[in-house]
Amino acid sequence: MKGKKTLTFLLMDAPFENARTTTALRLIDIAARRGYDINVFAYEGAVYLPFAAQKQHANAVHGHDVVQEDHPLPREWVEAVVLEAAKNGGRVDWVNCGLCVDERGAVDAVAGVRRGSPADFWKMATASDNTLVIATK
Amino acid sequence: MKTLNIIETAYRATLEEQDDPVIWIIHAMKGAGADHSIVLRANAVNYAVKAQGVPPLAFGARRQQQAPHLAEAVGGLTAKGVEVYVVSDDLTERGLQGEELIGGLKTIRKVELPALCGRYDQVWHW
Repeated sequence: MKGKKTLTFLLMDAPFENARTTTALRLIDIAARRGYDINVFAYEGAVYLPFAAQKQHANAVHGHDVVQEDHPLPREWVEAVVLEAAKNGGRVDWVNCGLCVDERGAVDAVAGVRRGSPADFWKMATASDNTLVIATK
Repeated sequence: MKTLNIIETAYRATLEEQDDPVIWIIHAMKGAGADHSIVLRANAVNYAVKAQGVPPLAFGARRQQQAPHLAEAVGGLTAKGVEVYVVSDDLTERGLQGEELIGGLKTIRKVELPALCGRYDQVWHW
Protein backbone atom coordinates (compact mmCIF):
# COMPACT_ATOMS: atom_id res chain seq x y z
CA MET A 1 0.00 0.00 0.00
CA LYS A 2 1.33 3.38 -0.96
CA GLY A 3 0.50 6.80 0.46
CA LYS A 4 -1.41 7.83 3.49
CA LYS A 5 -4.41 5.70 4.28
CA THR A 6 -7.64 6.54 6.00
CA LEU A 7 -9.24 3.76 8.02
CA THR A 8 -12.54 3.67 9.87
CA PHE A 9 -13.30 1.40 12.80
CA LEU A 10 -16.68 0.78 14.39
CA LEU A 11 -16.35 -0.55 17.93
CA MET A 12 -19.30 -1.87 19.88
CA ASP A 13 -18.08 -3.61 23.05
CA ALA A 14 -17.82 -2.05 26.48
CA PRO A 15 -14.32 -1.97 28.01
CA PHE A 16 -12.93 -4.59 30.40
CA GLU A 17 -15.13 -7.40 29.07
CA ASN A 18 -13.51 -9.19 26.16
CA ALA A 19 -10.47 -9.38 23.91
CA ARG A 20 -12.15 -7.72 20.93
CA THR A 21 -11.50 -4.35 22.56
CA THR A 22 -7.81 -5.17 22.91
CA THR A 23 -7.65 -6.32 19.31
CA ALA A 24 -9.32 -3.12 18.14
CA LEU A 25 -6.84 -0.98 20.06
CA ARG A 26 -3.92 -3.01 18.69
CA LEU A 27 -5.10 -2.34 15.14
CA ILE A 28 -5.72 1.35 15.83
CA ASP A 29 -2.28 1.64 17.43
CA ILE A 30 -0.59 0.10 14.37
CA ALA A 31 -2.43 2.52 12.11
CA ALA A 32 -1.45 5.42 14.39
CA ARG A 33 2.22 4.39 14.29
CA ARG A 34 2.02 4.42 10.49
CA GLY A 35 0.63 7.95 10.55
CA TYR A 36 -2.70 6.99 9.04
CA ASP A 37 -5.82 9.05 9.43
CA ILE A 38 -8.10 7.03 11.70
CA ASN A 39 -11.80 7.36 12.34
CA VAL A 40 -13.45 5.57 15.22
CA PHE A 41 -17.20 5.36 15.69
CA ALA A 42 -17.94 4.09 19.18
CA TYR A 43 -21.36 2.46 19.22
CA GLU A 44 -23.33 1.07 22.15
CA GLY A 45 -21.09 0.07 25.10
CA ALA A 46 -17.94 1.23 23.32
CA VAL A 47 -18.81 4.81 24.27
CA TYR A 48 -17.39 3.89 27.67
CA LEU A 49 -13.90 3.38 26.21
CA PRO A 50 -13.01 7.10 26.52
CA PHE A 51 -15.17 7.66 29.64
CA ALA A 52 -13.33 10.26 31.71
CA ALA A 53 -14.39 8.95 35.13
CA GLN A 54 -12.51 5.65 34.83
CA LYS A 55 -10.26 5.21 37.88
CA GLN A 56 -7.42 2.94 38.82
CA HIS A 57 -7.84 0.60 41.80
CA ALA A 58 -5.71 -1.49 44.10
CA ASN A 59 -5.73 -5.25 43.65
CA ALA A 60 -5.67 -7.30 46.86
CA VAL A 61 -5.49 -10.58 44.94
CA HIS A 62 -2.27 -9.39 43.33
CA GLY A 63 -1.06 -7.92 46.64
CA HIS A 64 -0.70 -4.52 44.98
CA ASP A 65 -1.75 -1.08 46.12
CA VAL A 66 -3.13 1.31 43.52
CA VAL A 67 0.31 2.60 42.53
CA GLN A 68 1.88 -0.84 42.27
CA GLU A 69 -1.04 -2.23 40.27
CA ASP A 70 -0.93 0.75 37.88
CA HIS A 71 -4.08 -0.54 36.22
CA PRO A 72 -4.27 0.60 32.60
CA LEU A 73 -7.47 2.39 31.67
CA PRO A 74 -9.05 2.44 28.22
CA ARG A 75 -9.45 6.23 28.39
CA GLU A 76 -5.65 6.50 28.72
CA TRP A 77 -5.18 4.25 25.71
CA VAL A 78 -7.64 6.32 23.69
CA GLU A 79 -5.65 9.44 24.57
CA ALA A 80 -2.41 7.60 23.77
CA VAL A 81 -3.43 6.55 20.26
CA VAL A 82 -4.65 10.09 19.56
CA LEU A 83 -1.20 11.40 20.53
CA GLU A 84 0.60 8.61 18.67
CA ALA A 85 -1.25 9.37 15.45
CA ALA A 86 -0.52 13.08 15.75
CA LYS A 87 3.15 12.39 16.45
CA ASN A 88 3.37 10.44 13.20
CA GLY A 89 1.50 12.92 11.04
CA GLY A 90 -1.91 11.30 11.27
CA ARG A 91 -4.97 11.93 13.35
CA VAL A 92 -7.70 10.12 15.24
CA ASP A 93 -11.27 11.38 14.92
CA TRP A 94 -13.12 9.56 17.70
CA VAL A 95 -16.90 9.92 17.59
CA ASN A 96 -19.12 8.62 20.36
CA CYS A 97 -22.68 7.70 19.32
CA GLY A 98 -24.71 10.40 21.05
CA LEU A 99 -27.81 8.35 21.80
CA CYS A 100 -25.61 5.56 23.20
CA VAL A 101 -23.93 8.12 25.46
CA ASP A 102 -27.26 9.45 26.69
CA GLU A 103 -28.76 6.07 27.56
CA ARG A 104 -25.64 5.19 29.56
CA GLY A 105 -24.91 8.57 31.12
CA ALA A 106 -21.42 8.34 29.64
CA VAL A 107 -21.27 12.05 28.87
CA ASP A 108 -17.82 12.89 30.19
CA ALA A 109 -15.19 11.74 27.74
CA VAL A 110 -11.49 12.50 27.45
CA ALA A 111 -10.36 15.41 25.29
CA GLY A 112 -10.56 14.86 21.56
CA VAL A 113 -13.72 12.75 21.64
CA ARG A 114 -16.79 14.24 20.01
CA ARG A 115 -20.46 13.35 19.90
CA GLY A 116 -22.04 12.16 16.67
CA SER A 117 -24.64 10.01 14.94
CA PRO A 118 -24.83 7.08 12.49
CA ALA A 119 -24.63 9.65 9.69
CA ASP A 120 -21.12 10.50 10.90
CA PHE A 121 -20.17 6.84 10.70
CA TRP A 122 -21.46 6.66 7.16
CA LYS A 123 -19.51 9.78 6.15
CA MET A 124 -16.35 8.40 7.75
CA ALA A 125 -16.70 5.07 5.97
CA THR A 126 -17.39 6.72 2.64
CA ALA A 127 -14.21 8.81 2.94
CA SER A 128 -12.03 5.86 4.00
CA ASP A 129 -9.91 3.32 2.18
CA ASN A 130 -11.63 0.66 4.22
CA THR A 131 -13.80 0.08 7.27
CA LEU A 132 -13.65 -2.59 9.93
CA VAL A 133 -16.69 -3.33 12.08
CA ILE A 134 -15.81 -5.06 15.36
CA ALA A 135 -19.25 -5.86 16.70
CA THR A 136 -20.45 -7.34 19.95
CA LYS A 137 -21.12 -11.08 19.56
CA MET B 1 -20.40 3.60 -1.91
CA LYS B 2 -22.31 0.32 -1.70
CA THR B 3 -22.03 -1.60 1.55
CA LEU B 4 -23.03 -5.16 2.31
CA ASN B 5 -23.90 -5.81 5.96
CA ILE B 6 -23.67 -9.43 7.02
CA ILE B 7 -25.65 -9.90 10.22
CA GLU B 8 -24.82 -13.10 12.08
CA THR B 9 -25.44 -12.37 15.75
CA ALA B 10 -29.13 -12.41 16.55
CA TYR B 11 -31.20 -10.80 19.29
CA ARG B 12 -28.25 -8.72 20.48
CA ALA B 13 -29.58 -6.32 23.14
CA THR B 14 -32.96 -6.30 21.45
CA LEU B 15 -34.98 -6.21 24.66
CA GLU B 16 -32.98 -3.39 26.21
CA GLU B 17 -32.78 -1.36 23.00
CA GLN B 18 -36.29 -2.21 21.80
CA ASP B 19 -34.67 -2.94 18.44
CA ASP B 20 -31.66 -4.72 16.98
CA PRO B 21 -28.87 -2.11 17.11
CA VAL B 22 -27.52 -3.16 13.70
CA ILE B 23 -30.90 -3.04 11.98
CA TRP B 24 -31.41 0.29 13.73
CA ILE B 25 -28.14 1.84 12.59
CA ILE B 26 -28.78 0.69 9.03
CA HIS B 27 -32.17 2.42 9.14
CA ALA B 28 -30.45 5.57 10.44
CA MET B 29 -27.70 5.50 7.80
CA LYS B 30 -30.23 4.80 5.07
CA GLY B 31 -31.99 7.95 6.19
CA ALA B 32 -28.69 9.80 5.73
CA GLY B 33 -28.41 8.58 2.13
CA ALA B 34 -26.38 5.40 2.56
CA ASP B 35 -26.61 2.57 0.03
CA HIS B 36 -26.86 -0.61 2.08
CA SER B 37 -27.73 -4.24 1.51
CA ILE B 38 -28.08 -6.92 4.18
CA VAL B 39 -27.41 -10.63 4.47
CA LEU B 40 -29.14 -12.42 7.34
CA ARG B 41 -27.20 -15.56 8.21
CA ALA B 42 -26.89 -18.08 11.05
CA ASN B 43 -29.39 -17.36 13.86
CA ALA B 44 -30.17 -13.93 12.39
CA VAL B 45 -32.27 -15.61 9.68
CA ASN B 46 -34.94 -15.77 12.37
CA TYR B 47 -35.38 -12.01 12.03
CA ALA B 48 -37.34 -12.76 8.85
CA VAL B 49 -39.92 -14.97 10.57
CA LYS B 50 -43.37 -13.36 10.56
CA ALA B 51 -44.82 -15.19 13.55
CA GLN B 52 -42.28 -14.08 16.14
CA GLY B 53 -43.46 -11.88 18.96
CA VAL B 54 -42.01 -10.41 22.11
CA PRO B 55 -44.16 -9.79 25.16
CA PRO B 56 -43.22 -6.52 26.83
CA LEU B 57 -40.56 -6.98 29.47
CA ALA B 58 -41.55 -6.16 33.04
CA PHE B 59 -39.50 -6.06 36.21
CA GLY B 60 -41.50 -5.13 39.27
CA ALA B 61 -43.89 -2.36 38.34
CA ARG B 62 -41.77 -1.06 35.45
CA ARG B 63 -43.24 -2.39 32.24
CA GLN B 64 -41.75 -1.95 28.78
CA GLN B 65 -44.06 -0.08 26.39
CA GLN B 66 -42.24 -0.52 23.06
CA ALA B 67 -41.12 -4.12 22.75
CA PRO B 68 -39.05 -4.88 19.63
CA HIS B 69 -40.71 -5.97 16.38
CA LEU B 70 -37.81 -7.39 14.42
CA ALA B 71 -39.60 -8.80 11.38
CA GLU B 72 -41.32 -5.44 10.94
CA ALA B 73 -37.98 -3.63 11.33
CA VAL B 74 -36.46 -5.78 8.57
CA GLY B 75 -39.56 -5.31 6.44
CA GLY B 76 -39.19 -1.56 6.91
CA LEU B 77 -35.76 -1.74 5.32
CA THR B 78 -37.00 -3.60 2.25
CA ALA B 79 -39.75 -0.98 1.95
CA LYS B 80 -36.99 1.67 1.81
CA GLY B 81 -35.27 -0.16 -1.04
CA VAL B 82 -32.65 -2.02 0.99
CA GLU B 83 -31.93 -5.45 -0.51
CA VAL B 84 -32.22 -8.08 2.21
CA TYR B 85 -30.81 -11.55 1.51
CA VAL B 86 -31.42 -14.59 3.70
CA VAL B 87 -29.05 -17.56 3.57
CA SER B 88 -31.17 -20.52 2.47
CA ASP B 89 -28.83 -23.13 4.01
CA ASP B 90 -29.34 -21.50 7.41
CA LEU B 91 -33.12 -21.45 6.95
CA THR B 92 -33.09 -25.16 6.11
CA GLU B 93 -30.91 -26.04 9.10
CA ARG B 94 -33.49 -24.37 11.35
CA GLY B 95 -36.52 -25.93 9.66
CA LEU B 96 -37.80 -22.59 8.40
CA GLN B 97 -39.90 -22.48 5.23
CA GLY B 98 -40.37 -19.64 2.79
CA GLU B 99 -44.03 -19.13 3.64
CA GLU B 100 -43.06 -18.39 7.25
CA LEU B 101 -41.01 -15.37 6.21
CA ILE B 102 -41.92 -11.77 5.55
CA GLY B 103 -42.15 -10.75 1.90
CA GLY B 104 -39.61 -8.82 -0.13
CA LEU B 105 -36.59 -10.93 0.80
CA LYS B 106 -34.11 -12.66 -1.51
CA THR B 107 -32.67 -16.04 -0.65
CA ILE B 108 -29.05 -16.87 -1.34
CA ARG B 109 -26.97 -20.01 -0.87
CA LYS B 110 -23.73 -19.96 1.13
CA VAL B 111 -21.72 -20.82 -1.97
CA GLU B 112 -23.05 -17.68 -3.65
CA LEU B 113 -21.87 -15.33 -0.87
CA PRO B 114 -18.32 -14.69 -2.19
CA ALA B 115 -19.69 -13.50 -5.52
CA LEU B 116 -22.22 -11.30 -3.72
CA CYS B 117 -19.48 -9.74 -1.55
CA GLY B 118 -17.56 -8.90 -4.71
CA ARG B 119 -20.36 -6.61 -5.86
CA TYR B 120 -19.87 -4.20 -2.93
CA ASP B 121 -17.26 -1.56 -2.08
CA GLN B 122 -17.20 -2.54 1.59
CA VAL B 123 -18.44 -5.57 3.52
CA TRP B 124 -19.22 -5.18 7.22
CA HIS B 125 -19.66 -8.28 9.37
CA TRP B 126 -21.85 -7.74 12.41
